[in-house]
Amino acid sequence: MTDQDIKNVILEIVADIAPDADLSDIKPDIRLREQIELDSMDFLDIVMELRKRYAIDVPEDDYMKLSTLNGCVEYLRPHLKNR
Amino acid sequence: MTDTFSANTLDSRIVITGVGITAPNGNTLSEFRHNLLNGVSGVQKFTTRYLGDTLAGICNFDPLKYQKKKDLRRGTRAGSISIYCSHEAVIDSKIDFENFDKSRIGIYLGITEHGNVETENEIYSISQFNYDTKFWTHHHNPRTVANNPAGEVTLNMKITGPHYTIGAACAAGNLGIIQGVQMLRLGEVDMALVGGISESIHTFGIFAAFRNEGALAVNEDPARASRPFDRDRNGIVVSEGGCVFVLERLSDALKRGAKIYAEIAGYASNSDATDFVLPNSERQAECIKLALKKAGIGPEKIDLVNTHATSTPLGDVNECKSIRSVFGENSEVYVNNTKSFIGHTMGAAGAIELAGNLDSFNDMMVHPTINVDNVDPQCEFKNLVMNKPVKAKKIDYILNNSFGMLGINSVLIVKRFVK
Repeated sequence: MTDQDIKNVILEIVADIAPDADLSDIKPDIRLREQIELDSMDFLDIVMELRKRYAIDVPEDDYMKLSTLNGCVEYLRPHLKNR
Repeated sequence: MTDTFSANTLDSRIVITGVGITAPNGNTLSEFRHNLLNGVSGVQKFTTRYLGDTLAGICNFDPLKYQKKKDLRRGTRAGSISIYCSHEAVIDSKIDFENFDKSRIGIYLGITEHGNVETENEIYSISQFNYDTKFWTHHHNPRTVANNPAGEVTLNMKITGPHYTIGAACAAGNLGIIQGVQMLRLGEVDMALVGGISESIHTFGIFAAFRNEGALAVNEDPARASRPFDRDRNGIVVSEGGCVFVLERLSDALKRGAKIYAEIAGYASNSDATDFVLPNSERQAECIKLALKKAGIGPEKIDLVNTHATSTPLGDVNECKSIRSVFGENSEVYVNNTKSFIGHTMGAAGAIELAGNLDSFNDMMVHPTINVDNVDPQCEFKNLVMNKPVKAKKIDYILNNSFGMLGINSVLIVKRFVK
């Protein structure tokens, strides 16, 4: 997967979790929760989807690393680059 | 202490001032009533996980009318039904909701069960992951707590008064109403959103269990499957639905010039204490008598009995026996049944079925029980209203039966509002 593919994956997951949100103008370096309505239960949904789709287990200590779109790409790149 | 409502004051008299409903054949009271007077069934073919093809009463209200897509994803079907009905009831009541003290509103909703839908879905979901509980959703607990349906209403409508559900099997709809009456009389709240809801069709378990006890309706024609009192009835049609009433003290309703659908005249609830599943007609009769006593009237005052009858061979006969024992063999009371149109809406049944008959106070029409081709001799009444509505000379009192498993009985009597 390219970085753009990873971004698309995250946006697809977020679109499912926050179906009313407008994702067309998400800033990659600003926390997702500051841009759209996402609470801690929603965030756990992102973690669950990564587990279900790609068998990636994100330990709680790493949750903060997923707070922005670019953070997600950085974090997931090693897991997804060969997929 | 007297058995009738002790102080018959404007503060102890409780009235229905709003109705919100979703039934398999109507998403407003007027649509529902119209269909009950015109023989329109809401039972359809339905396919459910593991069990395959069956029949069900399915509601088609628009949940996005009062919720966002995200709310639907986060919450439950039971919550959506409750939210839809609560909004519709409040709008119908024309109460100034925006300026109403939200801490003085109570929500009391009857449910047959709750959480089975979500639990079944999650077990199915983890079955796709070799039953690894790491894949069990973190949403499970807030979705399955028993107060979920009423709690979702508070979140959606920003109501900060008390909310809970009344778990009372298929007697629950009446009991939700009774709870609201009591809380208004106690002065605990100033407005009560009450009734019952059910999302039961979304769990395969209820269908499979009824089927395996020989109590699930089977019929080539879905609209003909629910047929209480007919000789060839063969079981229950499981349905979803909800009905929420706005209840107020008469004093408050009069003050704001509210439209009053009916006044609560009496109620009762008791327990068979005899069997998990089988009904007990003696206890049912006692419950009816107790409700009449609380209303301070004799059976001759009742104009219409809306039966609980679910279209099972045994249950229908049992209820007819109870009614006969209270009203007498030659009673002229009108007897009808709403489940013949919509199937059994479980925890919602008492409330939905009451709603379907409220208009009788205005139009004097009694909706029929449909699908009676050959009346079971054990279910005959002089004025069993079969297949076509009848125009009554007088409808002043309606008695509504709702009974449930574990031998829970509830009877509610409403009367035409007269100052």
